Amino acid sequence: MARTVHIPGDGGDEIEAYLAQPADDGPRGAVVVIHHLPGYDRATKEITRRFAELGYDAICPNLYSREAPGAAPDDAAATARALGGVPDARLIGDVAAVAAHLRSLGTSNGKVGVIGYCSGGRQSVLAACNVDLDAAVDCYGAFVTGTPPAEFPLQVTNLVDQLPNLRCPLLGLFGNEDRYPSPEQVAELREILSANGKQFEFHSYDGAGHAFFAPDRPSYRVAAANAGWEQIAAFFGKYLGS
Amino acid sequence: MCTYATARALVDGSAKGPGSTWFHVTDATVYFDHPVHAMHEHTLNIDLADPARGPSARVALELTAESARQLVGAIQKALASAPTELTMDALP
Repeated sequence: MARTVHIPGDGGDEIEAYLAQPADDGPRGAVVVIHHLPGYDRATKEITRRFAELGYDAICPNLYSREAPGAAPDDAAATARALGGVPDARLIGDVAAVAAHLRSLGTSNGKVGVIGYCSGGRQSVLAACNVDLDAAVDCYGAFVTGTPPAEFPLQVTNLVDQLPNLRCPLLGLFGNEDRYPSPEQVAELREILSANGKQFEFHSYDGAGHAFFAPDRPSYRVAAANAGWEQIAAFFGKYLGS
Repeated sequence: MCTYATARALVDGSAKGPGSTWFHVTDATVYFDHPVHAMHEHTLNIDLADPARGPSARVALELTAESARQLVGAIQKALASAPTELTMDALP
């Protein structure tokens, strides 16, 4: 079952979120789904429901709740972008609040993972460096490593200085034809995590570029997406199971 | 990729948008990133909006890079073809 809920976010602000749950009583793990820059859209809600189908409580917070409450996802994304995007500190607070909410559910086994796509991939890693989580998945997040071009008006920075603080195992899923993150940036991330003794698992797919999971986009690559979903199911099964 | 790249301009004009109604636009946001609707991985996106009227007061364009260049050229050609005295910013 799935529905829209309103829960406390960073600073206690009430934010909109999409909650999907299996029908049984649990106990079970939970997943925070971080939407991409284009917003809290139907495709991301479908991903959230898929985690319920996989046996998890799942919540996708609307990261643009404050800028554009109740607006259509594309209008909300446009408004948030025009205002400079989601501040990192607020994202951390929102994920922490959603994770706490998931752990408070009667069905919780206490374990919460996070997954994000595109800009949400970077935010998933950001959250995993700052929030008490049990597993994190980064789907082709740009600027976890690498340097954003100086002229970018949105103040996005890489996460290199935060990676030593990564608190949980990380699954990374990337396309070898992607430029942001490029295979070189993925290799840099791998080296940094190895040097810091972090637990991680990366899979990079040939014939896939950015956003290969998105079934409503021309970038969709069915083989990479199917293989990636299998990795996600195995990874969360390992770290979020009872 | 999400390019994050966003340029903004203050504008003064009108657009026909939601509900087939005209509204005053004050802001243009321009970015090259994922589109919502166009069947391309990346497009040059333009939002003409009046933030004072809320997020839905927006006319959105998603153009291929080449289309965007053609549009820029057409705009410059149209402006250049008009008498200078008409295209000087002036009080209405």
